[in-house]
Amino acid sequence: MDGINSLIKKHKIFPAIILGIIPILFLSIFYFYPLLGIFIKSFLSKGLFDFSGFSKVYNSHRIAKIIWFTFYQAGISSILTMMVALPCAFVISNFEFKGKKLIMIIATIPFVLPTIVVAAAFQALLGNNGLINSINIENSLYLIFFAHVFYNFSVVLRITSSFWSYIQREITEAGYMLCATPFQVFYKITLPLLRPALSACFILVFIFCFSSFGVVLILGGPGFSTIEVEIYRQAAHVFNLSVASVLSLIQIVFTFIMMCLYTHFQKKAVKFLPGSQLVFLKKPTSFPEKLMIWSCIIFILIFCFSPIIALIIKSLLFKNTFSLVFYKELFINARNSIFYIPPKAFITNSLIYGVITLVSAIILGVCAGFFVKSLKGKIGGVFDPLFMLPISTSAVTLGFGIIITLDKPPLNLRTSLILVPIAHTLVAFPFVLRSIMPALISIPNSLKNAASLLGASPFISWLCVDLPIIKRSLTVGALFAFTISLGEFGATLFTANPEFSTMPIAIYKFLSQPGIMNYGQAMAVSSILMLVTGCGFFIIENIRNIGHEGF
Amino acid sequence: MKKYILAFFFVISLLIFTGCSKNNSKNNVSTITIMTHDSFNISSEVIAIFEKKNNSKVKFLKSGDAGEALNKAILSRNNPMADIFYGVDNTFLSRAINEDIFLPYNSPMLRIIDDQLKLDSGNRLVPVDYGDVCINYDKKWFKNKNLKPPEKLEDLVNPEFKGLLVVQNPATSSPGLAFLLTSIAKFGEDGYLEFWEKLKKNNVFITNGWKEAYWGKFSGASKGDKPIVISYASSPAAEVYFAKEKITEAPTGIVTEQGSAFRQIEFAGILKGTKNIKLAQKFIDFLLSKDFQQDIFLQMFVFPSNKNVKLPEVFKNHAFITEKPAFLSPEIISEKRDKWIEQWMELIL
Repeated sequence: MDGINSLIKKHKIFPAIILGIIPILFLSIFYFYPLLGIFIKSFLSKGLFDFSGFSKVYNSHRIAKIIWFTFYQAGISSILTMMVALPCAFVISNFEFKGKKLIMIIATIPFVLPTIVVAAAFQALLGNNGLINSINIENSLYLIFFAHVFYNFSVVLRITSSFWSYIQREITEAGYMLCATPFQVFYKITLPLLRPALSACFILVFIFCFSSFGVVLILGGPGFSTIEVEIYRQAAHVFNLSVASVLSLIQIVFTFIMMCLYTHFQKKAVKFLPGSQLVFLKKPTSFPEKLMIWSCIIFILIFCFSPIIALIIKSLLFKNTFSLVFYKELFINARNSIFYIPPKAFITNSLIYGVITLVSAIILGVCAGFFVKSLKGKIGGVFDPLFMLPISTSAVTLGFGIIITLDKPPLNLRTSLILVPIAHTLVAFPFVLRSIMPALISIPNSLKNAASLLGASPFISWLCVDLPIIKRSLTVGALFAFTISLGEFGATLFTANPEFSTMPIAIYKFLSQPGIMNYGQAMAVSSILMLVTGCGFFIIENIRNIGHEGF
Repeated sequence: MKKYILAFFFVISLLIFTGCSKNNSKNNVSTITIMTHDSFNISSEVIAIFEKKNNSKVKFLKSGDAGEALNKAILSRNNPMADIFYGVDNTFLSRAINEDIFLPYNSPMLRIIDDQLKLDSGNRLVPVDYGDVCINYDKKWFKNKNLKPPEKLEDLVNPEFKGLLVVQNPATSSPGLAFLLTSIAKFGEDGYLEFWEKLKKNNVFITNGWKEAYWGKFSGASKGDKPIVISYASSPAAEVYFAKEKITEAPTGIVTEQGSAFRQIEFAGILKGTKNIKLAQKFIDFLLSKDFQQDIFLQMFVFPSNKNVKLPEVFKNHAFITEKPAFLSPEIISEKRDKWIEQWMELIL
């Protein structure tokens, strides 16, 4: 028996470690190496290490306040997001109803919008005397919370509901048969089983808000600053690289510690046999059930759909009448600018980057997932947090690092186009990893052992056992990877050639000069961005279903 | 096992392949790269003139906002990404000179450039364009309320303008910094904080960037509720030009007189370490030539430094250049900007 066990273990761990090489290599080249470069450069002056940046940060009252605020707003934002999204996730994962897919797509679209466009949408919606125009500084704090919930709502909704529907009806029904009340079933059975997914999306949202940049800079205004905003200011405007680097280190260290705590608690997750069939989904019958579904639909429509509609209306109104003039203008290079991009080009570019990012983020995310799962003990507890670091690392710092390190062949990538999908993948693959991990760690070892004993090679058992089980979560990860790439705009600015611009760049270009035509065209491109994203979601979700009925 | 290794090599080769294929320009045409900020714009036919004349290809590398772009140029000094840098303004001039990243070049074209704009005696950086940052106001709003718009900087602290002004944070925005410098040039180092104290009492609204102020808060451009904003003296011309329908009067007005406007001058220079110095010098000449300078108006909505260039119609009627802008020397700005910004932040935020 011992022999068999060790045989199984050898089989299982060996390829997983090989798999780990891919994400580790990727991170080392495109993340750790540039960061190390910029840190050394910042702390090295005239051949000596100069750590004055540390004391400057340590002694600054303002920076202490910024660090505290960064935690504070991230904590409140992620708690609020969970509170808002979980009831909706319950409805989505437990009931079957018409238009569910569409509702899910609508809920996810905000994730792609540039902050400046969201600000325009809020303004259109809330009007002249609305929240956004009020001078009261308190309100702009609420605006930060509101925008974070708006952006991250779909992260919690999708990750939780995809995992929730794995939990087989039999398990909860067994509870009912033993005369448990619905509350007891939820508290004693569903909640413990859900915990990996809940903590995964909580930590994801927290880290996302922790490194929030656009929302705080644009909606929060100058009264509020996160570590990320301060790094940008120090690096891009004050050019105090040592302070910027110290702050980046602080950001990285805090993320690492939080992730370590998270991984530690993850280990205690309950393992269960995931159901792979969705046929158990209930149609609503009773009045309370119907009420729940309707309130969920109405909430998502008001919360996510109304800003979207407001933007579309803005793009279609010219002098208070319906007009397609802004869309038509997109096709004309009126000033014969060398930086003009026809709509077909920026849509195609965005899609190409999006698809490359999706594929590479899935490859890296899945490899990293199996790698982390196969590692036991302390080593595993280190790698999982490491993989999450790119999400919360300052884009400016990393960008500066890339400039000074990836500047020689064979890695002369500073002005290369390939840098765009690479930068997108850095942020996107941790999303894939977090989406699949809850499902991955819930797979009992007995399943794989059985496959091995039946003679399946690790690859076959991966293909036939693991993959089908994580497929639904993988789709969620893929969706977010695609969306991150489509909405991202900072990294794309490195590119040398204007003909490779994307949709967010076009939006920013229009908004950088005065005039009604510029504003209208920016709204038009935003609407196109939302439409393309929506179509992308539809296709990604349907690819999953090919060849696997009912799954 | 084999499959994993295969997949791994497939990914790596894909990365390398896509990375290399972009750098394969196998012709004899020499390429010149211009590093610049995001707001840079120019007509394709103007660039074509240079490319044809010099049998070369011009590439642009947009590298973030003005400050970020310059910092990227400084960071990559040992192995520059471009031959020319375009877009150092007078607030960053000293930093650029002190970092010693530019080569001096006495362009013959400098003869026809406005002497007032030449701030680098060593000619490492040559002035290419300039624009005035100033108060913009919504004409319609003031007309409807039967109020007189402000006429000079001091007016902004008057009670009738309470809660009407939106300005940008000088720590994160270049028009914001220009406006702070206007106030320092006007009221002196001892008096400017007092002016801001009064502005604060008058409920000045601060945003982090120009976009949020102009598109988010300014009533002249969108549905905002602030009729006074800090923008450029050429913004009304841009409003007319981008109106789609012909309008005879700009919807916005400007305040530039009595030192109420700050002149931002943009410079270009040849980056040290360029392998193509002849072509780079030719490009600097070209930047100052009529072909390029004439195109600056409607592409970037600023004014060219070449004195011989004629104003287009929309600029004649809707943009103004003040005789006496607020002025601070680049050395003083460079020395004190961080201190001034910090003092400002302490007071306002």
